[in-house]
Amino acid sequence: MTTTQAGERTALPLPPSAPTTAPRRRLASRLVALTRGGLVRVVLVAVALLWLTPTLGLLLSSLRPRELSSTTGWWKALTEPSQLTFDNYSALLNNDGMLESFWNTVLITVPTTVAIVLIAALAGYAFAWLEFPGRDWLFLVVVGLLVVPVQIGLIPIAKLFGVLGLFGTIPGVVLFHVAYGLPFAVFLLRNYFAEIPREMLEAARMDGCGEWRIFRRLVLPLGMPAIASLSIFQFLWVWNDMLVALIFSDSGSQPLTVALQSQMRQFGSNIDVISSGAFLSLVVPLIVFFAFQRHFVQGVMAGSVK
Amino acid sequence: MSSNTHQVPPALAGGTRRRAAAPDPGSRGAKKRQRRFALLFLFPALLILGALVVYPIGYSIVRSFFDASGDRFVGADNYTEMLRDPATRTALRNNAVWVLVAPALVTGIGLILAVLTERLKWASAFKMVIFMPMAISFLAAGITFRLVYEQDPERGALNAAVVTVHDAFAPSSSYPGAHPRDEETLKEEKDGSYAAANVSPGKPVELGLVGVLPKALPAAAKPAHQPTGQPDALTGAVYLDFTPGGGGTSGVIDTGERGLPGMTVELVRDGKAVGTTTTADDGSFTFSGMDDGSYTVRLPEKNFAEPFNGVDWLGPSLVTPAIMAAYLWIWAGFAMVLIGAGLATLPRDVMEAARVDGASEWVIFRRITVPLLAPVLGVVFVTLVINVMKVFDLVYVIAPGPVQEEANVLAMQMWLVSFGGGTDQGLGSAVGVLLLLLVVPAMAFNIRRFRRSKP
Repeated sequence: MTTTQAGERTALPLPPSAPTTAPRRRLASRLVALTRGGLVRVVLVAVALLWLTPTLGLLLSSLRPRELSSTTGWWKALTEPSQLTFDNYSALLNNDGMLESFWNTVLITVPTTVAIVLIAALAGYAFAWLEFPGRDWLFLVVVGLLVVPVQIGLIPIAKLFGVLGLFGTIPGVVLFHVAYGLPFAVFLLRNYFAEIPREMLEAARMDGCGEWRIFRRLVLPLGMPAIASLSIFQFLWVWNDMLVALIFSDSGSQPLTVALQSQMRQFGSNIDVISSGAFLSLVVPLIVFFAFQRHFVQGVMAGSVK
Repeated sequence: MSSNTHQVPPALAGGTRRRAAAPDPGSRGAKKRQRRFALLFLFPALLILGALVVYPIGYSIVRSFFDASGDRFVGADNYTEMLRDPATRTALRNNAVWVLVAPALVTGIGLILAVLTERLKWASAFKMVIFMPMAISFLAAGITFRLVYEQDPERGALNAAVVTVHDAFAPSSSYPGAHPRDEETLKEEKDGSYAAANVSPGKPVELGLVGVLPKALPAAAKPAHQPTGQPDALTGAVYLDFTPGGGGTSGVIDTGERGLPGMTVELVRDGKAVGTTTTADDGSFTFSGMDDGSYTVRLPEKNFAEPFNGVDWLGPSLVTPAIMAAYLWIWAGFAMVLIGAGLATLPRDVMEAARVDGASEWVIFRRITVPLLAPVLGVVFVTLVINVMKVFDLVYVIAPGPVQEEANVLAMQMWLVSFGGGTDQGLGSAVGVLLLLLVVPAMAFNIRRFRRSKP
């Protein structure tokens, strides 16, 4: 979002209604412009409220007891705040299955993110700064792999993991995510590392630094902004995944998304479990989003056309 | 860009900084060392990509020519089956609708929001609100929207809003299901109204209805008024022909029976309505100043209509648009932020010049802003097309079981035939290969864009 803000700042010296043109405008058209400006504001506030409503609905639903949720809507809690209770959440914390799946989500997401960043940083550095035959050609293959749908990997890898004993395990889910996250990660980091001034690397090499040292002491610190964006993006991507876990995890290794999905069949009668569980699964990404908003937006922007 | 390394030998590029004592980075030894490191650094990535991405592509293509168990070569049978099978065809059709509608819709809304927020003081706050759903999983978003689309207007937010708006314009009937005990006086008409024929001024009419629970009566309902005849006027009462505590005679206003307030009554002569009134709290009504003759008193159908219960959002006909709306909720922020970033880089002076020349905002938007934004719009659009092609979680979570088939998409069909329910991995592979083929144009777009971006 920094880019947008910077853009707005540069736009400021040009005021919305340039004073030179104002006297030439008729009063009527100025009034129209004024009300239009007001109208735009009203519309945007309405849009913002509209966008917030579904999440608010989920939050309030998660705070109402089951008996109320099955008869009346969440908006009743706006006028009767006494309806709100943390019972659903305390029930959730006593629900071993849900808690276990929450930890599984963590155990899948964190190692995946770390592994992707490490492996992609190494490869990104090699693609950006090491010379070897076929480098450009190989990198184009990685660019091509950016859009390969995970669906193509489901059947073959399920079979492969069956043979390797990884099917239904957390390492299996992690490995799958690493594989399908790598093309984007390598692409992003290679492009970012390539922007590092050549002179810095040459100077380091001249000073007799080994490649490993250059990578650790120069490229990683300088590439931190891109690594941060990538980490956040990957973290959310894996945290939010359902499809891969639906296939590659079993009841003992399933993450929160799959545990919640299995509850959907009784939707309507178990809104207390589903809404509080969904909010639990959503609150971590939201914290990450608000804490690292800038990096997240940059990561998303860099990842477009994936 | 790294491709420089090819055109400019490193030894030359770093020439000014070279020190005599340092080993020459362009020397053969250094190159050899770099190759060794390159191999070492690339090894994990290439191993994983090769084994888990490239190999599966080949495996899936081969597998798609074999039968369900993978033992027998069946040629293109899986592909013909895919095009014949109604479920896959629905999925194909829905995917086409998704690709045609969703990316254009999201890009369009994103563009509008980006332009509208461009000069807003609280633009970053607004953008944060719209962008926030991007951080949420499709599953959580799906659950959120299941709550929004809940059919019961008492529980589903959207239907609650729709019913409120609907009832503001067309108030719901007060007496759904009310009907005469026998059709002696009041006879049902084709449209569901009840009419009493052959009434004339001076003679009061008593219209008894049943089928209303006493506790469902409006609080204002008073004991029914026994109508008395008045000259040149038609008087009457609509009442609930039910005596609490038993007893009473049907067809007669007994003590304890209450009037039905707010009932619309029409006076009809020769098939044309000549008067309309509403019953009072005691159920009485009066048409005065009437000519002599024979009339019909009608209780129109709208008194008895079932209440409007909102729209069946997740029914077979609306389920795909409903899921798309949820998709829009998630992705509009992405389009807005990307387009907004593009907007910020546009040359301001061109637009200002146009504005000074008297061009309207709409003309500026259409003739200057949009054409200049074309590259960004293209990137957003293609990203969304690729994403939409693979849409799965949202459909799987939002579409309730019974309408899953109507909402089916390729990614879900692939999952259904090979894992969730079916076990035909031959057919599943064929669907997977089709999905891959569908994103090949995007792959070409990416590679071309990347090659062009190189200096």
